[in-house]
Amino acid sequence: MHEILSWISANQQIIYIVILMIFVGIEVIGHVPSVLHTPLMSGANAIHGVVIIGAIIVMGKAEPGNYPALILGFLAVILGTLNVVGGFVVTDRMLEMFKTKKKK
Amino acid sequence: MQNSILTICYIIASVTFILGLKMLSHPATARRGNLIAAGGMLLAVLGTIFLYHDEAGNALHNYGWIFGGILIGAVVGVLAAKKVKMTAMPEMVSLFNGMGGACAMLISIVEFNHLMHAVPEKWTIYPPLSALGKSGAPFHIPIGELLIIVLGLIIGTISFTGSIIAWGKLNGRIKDFSFRGQHIFNILLLLIIVGLSVWLVCSSAEPVRFLLTVIFYSILLLSVVYGIFFVLPIGGADMPVVISLLNSFTGVAAACGGFLYNNKAMLTGGILVGAAGTLLTILMCKAMNRSLLNVLIGSFGGSAQSGTAATQGAYKEISISDAAVVMNYANKVFIVPGYGLAVAQAQHACHELEKILTDKGVDVKYAIHPVAGRMPGHMNVLLAEADVPYEQLLEMEQANEEFSTTDVVLVLGANDVVNPAAKTDPSSPIYGMPILDVQLAKTVIVNKRSMKPGYAGIENDLFFQPKTSMLFGDAKKVLQELIAEIKML
Repeated sequence: MHEILSWISANQQIIYIVILMIFVGIEVIGHVPSVLHTPLMSGANAIHGVVIIGAIIVMGKAEPGNYPALILGFLAVILGTLNVVGGFVVTDRMLEMFKTKKKK
Repeated sequence: MQNSILTICYIIASVTFILGLKMLSHPATARRGNLIAAGGMLLAVLGTIFLYHDEAGNALHNYGWIFGGILIGAVVGVLAAKKVKMTAMPEMVSLFNGMGGACAMLISIVEFNHLMHAVPEKWTIYPPLSALGKSGAPFHIPIGELLIIVLGLIIGTISFTGSIIAWGKLNGRIKDFSFRGQHIFNILLLLIIVGLSVWLVCSSAEPVRFLLTVIFYSILLLSVVYGIFFVLPIGGADMPVVISLLNSFTGVAAACGGFLYNNKAMLTGGILVGAAGTLLTILMCKAMNRSLLNVLIGSFGGSAQSGTAATQGAYKEISISDAAVVMNYANKVFIVPGYGLAVAQAQHACHELEKILTDKGVDVKYAIHPVAGRMPGHMNVLLAEADVPYEQLLEMEQANEEFSTTDVVLVLGANDVVNPAAKTDPSSPIYGMPILDVQLAKTVIVNKRSMKPGYAGIENDLFFQPKTSMLFGDAKKVLQELIAEIKML
């Protein structure tokens, strides 16, 4: 019990961020028209690609001789980049079509 | 100094994520929103590569590996995203989502091994009370850190394997599969995973490397299995909900990474997506009038086949030329697109038909069901590709008001979203789902490839009603023939 309490107070900054972000996330997409559901999902999909930062840190910290860590980290960087780059490009492609249509 | 610059990078990135998501939910700013979020991401990634220092002040190394990985990922990602057909977009999103989940999973594995390096290697089942660290001081594993690693592992892994299954199901490689007692099996599996995690965290007070490692990899294995069995029984009609849910899962897994590295950009981005994705999931469930729990433990379609399969009655067919005449001399025509249109890549032919009819003085509109296709907004994206103007796309509520004054409704490859059983038959698995009331129109023409039931696996009474005629064939071919016929009239 004591440990949990001290852990909470040690990480209170992060806990505040989590709580506030939950509300921001709900608030921000609250009034999205159904036309944009697919692009929005795809865009959100690209944004959670921030895991790539973690992958880069893992990779960058791995000692040169530690092959399991190097290989796993390398894979993580590839997969994370796929998520980010692919996600943003797909979203852009979807939205591009909306735009050309509007001009006409 | 460098660390402060990095902090600023992360702050900017966090703001761009929020702004980007906000702009993505308005048609006029959506594209700019996506680019802004991408810019923030680039800043955060570059900042991390060049400015990151750990607690001891060491910069990152292995630049070759990092840039190599990014290069491979970027090239493959761009190619895949550019090459994919518009109709395969939902699969692609699911696949990319799985990649993110896998990334979070790998991070957890590496960090766990890193943590284990500090644990004295004792093979005894009962470790001495004071397991000593290398320095001689009592060794202590940070429980919070371990908990976050395990949480990231479980969520990331479920999201990874679940997304891969969802991808396979959407492109038809994996068939629906469920067995008796699967719900109980799934719940048991989840309970075991939770139990193992608790055991892992508890036994870390007196750590034995071997034991901890075994538990950890058991959790990994079971999470892989759970992800698979979690998505396998869920039918295609629920796939949008599942992808959205897995999307928010990956968000939470990313946030776990943020917790682990005390990295605010990862934290804000992850939680933001986690929260927004959950809301989107709930909105979709509401559109189908089902609870999230029902979707999660229910296997759609599987239970339905027994009761309704036998009721197939008589239906009538209509020829292409008759259909062309009926539509040509109508005053008001509604087109109801569904997944069949996407599969046949018939959106351009569809738009052409609509233009020809409009030229002949027919009032043509589209009725868009929110969950038509395999993803919310799937039909909007598809028709947008064919340059169909916004004003002609009516959402469900508006369309339902107009059906009673409509002469002809042309249903193109849609099934469950026009099934009247959702209103009339309480025993139907889709009972309560809002539908397009196309049966209110004077005539209904249904284009399907065959009489086979739709993705939810249930029969559709609409097809057997006297005012309904069937027009069998591939949507694109049928539309092209219709266009040719109408041109000659």
